[in-house]
Amino acid sequence: MKAVGQIAGKAIPFGRKNIDTDIIIPAKWLKTITRTGLGQGAFESLRGDADNLFDDPRYKGAPILIAGDNFGCGSSREHAAWALADLGIEAVIAPSYSDIFAGNAFKNGLLAVELPQEAIDRLMVVAAEASGDGAPISIDLESQSVTTIFQDRFHFEIDPFRKLCLLQGLDEIGLTLDSEAAIAAHEAKMEEEQPWLVPNLS
Amino acid sequence: MTKTPQALALTLYEKIWNAHVVEQRGDGTAIVFIDRHLVHEVTSPQAFEGLRLAGRKVRRPDLTLAVPDHNLPTTARRDAAGKRIPIADPESAAQLAALEANAPAFGIRYIDAADAMQGIVHVVGPEQGFSLPGTTIVCGDSHTACHGGLGALAFGIGTSEVEHVLASQTLQLKRSKSMEVRVEGEIGPGVTAKDIVLHITGMLGAAGGTGYVIEYTGSAIRALSVEGRLTVSNMAIEHGARAGLIAPDDVTFEYLKGRPMAPKDAAWDAAVAYWRTLATDTGAVYDKVVVIAAADIAPSVTWGTSPEDVLPITGCVPDPMSFTDPAKQVAAQKSLDYMGLHAGMRMVDVEVQNIFIGSCTNSRIEDLRAAAAVLKGRRKAANVKWAIVVPGSGLVKRQAEAEGLDKIFTEAGMEWREPGCSACLGMNPDKVPAGERCASTSNRNFVGRQGPGARTHLLSPAMAAAAAVMGRLADVREMTQ
Ligand code: SF4
Repeated sequence: MKAVGQIAGKAIPFGRKNIDTDIIIPAKWLKTITRTGLGQGAFESLRGDADNLFDDPRYKGAPILIAGDNFGCGSSREHAAWALADLGIEAVIAPSYSDIFAGNAFKNGLLAVELPQEAIDRLMVVAAEASGDGAPISIDLESQSVTTIFQDRFHFEIDPFRKLCLLQGLDEIGLTLDSEAAIAAHEAKMEEEQPWLVPNLS
Repeated sequence: MTKTPQALALTLYEKIWNAHVVEQRGDGTAIVFIDRHLVHEVTSPQAFEGLRLAGRKVRRPDLTLAVPDHNLPTTARRDAAGKRIPIADPESAAQLAALEANAPAFGIRYIDAADAMQGIVHVVGPEQGFSLPGTTIVCGDSHTACHGGLGALAFGIGTSEVEHVLASQTLQLKRSKSMEVRVEGEIGPGVTAKDIVLHITGMLGAAGGTGYVIEYTGSAIRALSVEGRLTVSNMAIEHGARAGLIAPDDVTFEYLKGRPMAPKDAAWDAAVAYWRTLATDTGAVYDKVVVIAAADIAPSVTWGTSPEDVLPITGCVPDPMSFTDPAKQVAAQKSLDYMGLHAGMRMVDVEVQNIFIGSCTNSRIEDLRAAAAVLKGRRKAANVKWAIVVPGSGLVKRQAEAEGLDKIFTEAGMEWREPGCSACLGMNPDKVPAGERCASTSNRNFVGRQGPGARTHLLSPAMAAAAAVMGRLADVREMTQ
């Protein structure tokens, strides 16, 4: 997983509450065999609308999505995180997330920043007003802060373990593989004590 | 409950857990070794893609087995000339092709769709002796708990975890609490393993086992065959448990002995000696204990859209207002609307148009025998439009045909299909039409599970057969006496 440190750029001032994973990526996209390409189906139902924010040239290439309460509720589909990433979103800023979505986002290196509604309201204004300014909003994971070109500064909390993983680009698999010696020791013990454990697959 | 250091009495769950902890972390998570990984076509493509992107290999292909089941149509796999018949749905075909390519690319043993060994992952594992007592088993399917019937710690995982296991042969887990569900006494005539587990689900509720690994104990569980034990453990997830467990005993060993992938000769003896040490010690403490009298269990059916909505077949559809929990009152009313039922209706008056005998819950040979025993010399009712029997694997199919069960089914007007998940989930062509009702031996009666708008009643294979004959939900005891 690539390390996440600073994310700066435009932000999509979406702001809606209770966005469920069916809105983020409809069920019909679940029969896919890749994690990529799901950006096409992301927010499909909203993008039927000609002046939707996701296809708005003002927010083209925005790495940040600003959303409302309870983002990512509903089904546990990991496809929601994959779809956002494929859309180019590197961070979501919202007052709260469903647990499962937060876990899936983390597992896929998508930063889910939690800020109170007042901060969201302000960021929505900044994102909309300064959309022509290159990078109106910056997130710095190290200092746990969100800043704007207008000198706003918001501090956010994050689980220290998740922070470490994201900063160092350690995905869960990478972290586990750091325990190579312990895994290998278990395997050696298994081979010694229970050689019959390996199935006859021929 | 915390144990005193002197109390060395351990539960089956604790013993398996302890034997698999590779590394304990400070925050309560542990890296746990996985002995067996079953892979199917739907939840694996992105995991393999992830491995490729990260340049990783499958750590232990020798502990991994891949077999397609979810998407596969259950119609003939080869034409008269023996040529493979392609899958019509392009997306299903692509998922299947991905598994077919990924397995050899990563050195994984793959059972082909047209192989006699092919079947539902949870039927194939025990049947081949791939699943063994005391092992940790995972699969990207929530009914992996099924293998707990052999005394394995088995549970379903998501796609990221599938990738995690492929890459590291481990998972990062927190230990669950333990619950004992003890079913004591003898079950009555017409009552099967499915009725036991439906009854438990009704009692505990769909979330009653959340946070727990459940060990099913007691004389009624001991008396079950391995097939029956797999049925019980299969539905552990339907009462919210992470996994189900049944202590391995002579019945288990008898079942596994000589299976193709199981240990042989001296290795077999060593394995059995180890498995015998796994049973919960006298004096071991569970976090929770529930005791059920087997005599209280009747042939059961579900009336709603949660597997906890269980009634004896002699019962009547409940009044939503009879529930004390206001949330359940609302849910029950919604269920009744969806199911097209009204309070007070007798379950035996509910007409069914579809019958599904199959799924990893009830598609083993014993299940087919039970259904055939009821159907022998009888025919499905005229109002039953679609009735399919889907064996859990090619080997079950072969065995059933050797016993002439297929004839009994076809003579009863039912279709005899190729193995797969079939109508358990509306992902392959076998679906129940919207608004129609299905007496189903599967494990979930969720809204739309068997197809958009489909109405599912969960029951045992014998009860499904009785429903087929009567054209309505029926008490199998009236047909066998
Ligand atoms: S039969 Fe149903 S529950 Fe079993 S593995 Fe297939 S889809 Fe899952």
